[in-house]
Amino acid sequence: MKEFMDTNLNKNNMSETNLSAAKVRFDNFSVSFLPDKPGGAIVEALSGINLSVGDKKILSVIGPSRSGKTSLLRSVNRLNDLHPNFVPGGDILIDGAPVYASSNIDITALRRKAGMVFARPVILPLSIYENIAYGPRLAGNNSKPSLDELVESALKDAYVWEEVKDRLQSPAASLSGGQRQRLCIARVLSMRPDIIMLDEPTSALDPVSTAKIEETLIALKSKYCIILVTNNVKQAARVGDKTAFFLMGRLIEHDDTSKIFTTPRDERTENYITGRFG
Amino acid sequence: MNSRTEEKIAVNILRLAALSAIAVLLFVIIYVAYKGAGSLTMTFIFENPRDMGREGGIFSAIVSTFYLAALSSMIATPLGVGTAIYLCEYTTESAVTKIVRFGSDCLAGVPSIIFGLFGFVLFVIYLKLGWCLLSGALTMTFMILPTIIRTSEEAIKSVSYELREASYSLGATRWQTITKIVLPQAVPGIITGVILGVGRSISETAAVIFTAGSALATPESILESGRTLAVHFYIIAREGISMERAFATALVLIIFILLINIITYALMNKFIAGKKT
Repeated sequence: MKEFMDTNLNKNNMSETNLSAAKVRFDNFSVSFLPDKPGGAIVEALSGINLSVGDKKILSVIGPSRSGKTSLLRSVNRLNDLHPNFVPGGDILIDGAPVYASSNIDITALRRKAGMVFARPVILPLSIYENIAYGPRLAGNNSKPSLDELVESALKDAYVWEEVKDRLQSPAASLSGGQRQRLCIARVLSMRPDIIMLDEPTSALDPVSTAKIEETLIALKSKYCIILVTNNVKQAARVGDKTAFFLMGRLIEHDDTSKIFTTPRDERTENYITGRFG
Repeated sequence: MNSRTEEKIAVNILRLAALSAIAVLLFVIIYVAYKGAGSLTMTFIFENPRDMGREGGIFSAIVSTFYLAALSSMIATPLGVGTAIYLCEYTTESAVTKIVRFGSDCLAGVPSIIFGLFGFVLFVIYLKLGWCLLSGALTMTFMILPTIIRTSEEAIKSVSYELREASYSLGATRWQTITKIVLPQAVPGIITGVILGVGRSISETAAVIFTAGSALATPESILESGRTLAVHFYIIAREGISMERAFATALVLIIFILLINIITYALMNKFIAGKKT
């Protein structure tokens, strides 16, 4: 563990210089949910978040439940818009372009650009092939050769190709939990996104499948900006270049993963990562 | 009384209740079959009625029944499924959805004779369609609409929210999500509602007599009057024309409804199995 930390530290120090270009930037971003019934309390899920995520990096987001981690992710691809009482504040910038301020943003294009993997592997009731081709088809790609190629490369990049290549036309529901989650990652990759967001992707998986997903993520980071929300502090340490600690809707600390796990500045961070609460 | 005897008594009473439902169904089927089987021949099915139904068969009634059921379910299904989609997917729970839902529930409780009167006034008189299968089918549409709305709504609601979210997160619009993910999943439930509706329009008499009339000839278009099996049965039994033929007609009606149920359940199982394997 100590050795791992050290190498991670060096890597981060080396890349510190070119961090100026943020892929995703949360600019004083906040999320609140209006009460369902008049007279109820407004729920502030996130407040005053300032956070940058670099390209080709993994940001681990940790924190106890109700800390706003999921709200954070679901704000980037505007999935929170589906919630009738959702009110955003501030803005999120992807490549400098605001997600909320611009009125004519194409939300479907945004969701293709910022792909999302959910906690429970959600399989569309379609074949393995069609699960992967779903996104590209919606984007207007209907050419069979191009889809074939996309499906194959996405499944390969998600390290699940070897296991499913002989049964692409069988229903995706026949896959195991770990395979399903890698299928979900492949489904996101097939949209050729810039950003991959994962919301506790291994919380429903066994340790072997979890290890495979983590390997996949580390391999993917050379091409994508990855935000990994996790309840598993050790996973954050293993995978993340940077780690952000959230508590009660506030960003408590954000730094290189090695620093967070060796010399956290905030006492609450230390208490959380050492397992004193959470 | 100790709790064990209480349990025993309760189970037996419940068993009796369940048995009585099946017993009534069996009794009806067996009695109708017993009374009607004697007159049920091929010529009875394929000949038109003569002498007000004393002679001949029921071919024209079968044709009218088919027209009426097909037409009303063809109009009611898109309307009902559309309403259900709107209520489930495009609105949040509000006063409007509550009013629509309450209205459709009230519609389900309106006696059929009132629908008949309404259809008579609106389609036959006011819209000058006259007594015809179209008037009857439009009237039946309103009668079966609530069933289709409610069952479709339940079917659409039972599709998990996670699936929708996954679809949205892959860049699908609401409509794409509905057509590609939600509706295919909800089809078995929707079909159940449509079948219930078809069954109701096949067996309805009061509303149909008022709107589609009771002409004995085979209808050549939906703008002609026609006599459905249920109406034919009602008239020849009520006017004492021929009890035997009335029961034979009833037997055909029951067989039709059984066939429709069996075929759709078979198709549905195949459909569900096809989704899984």
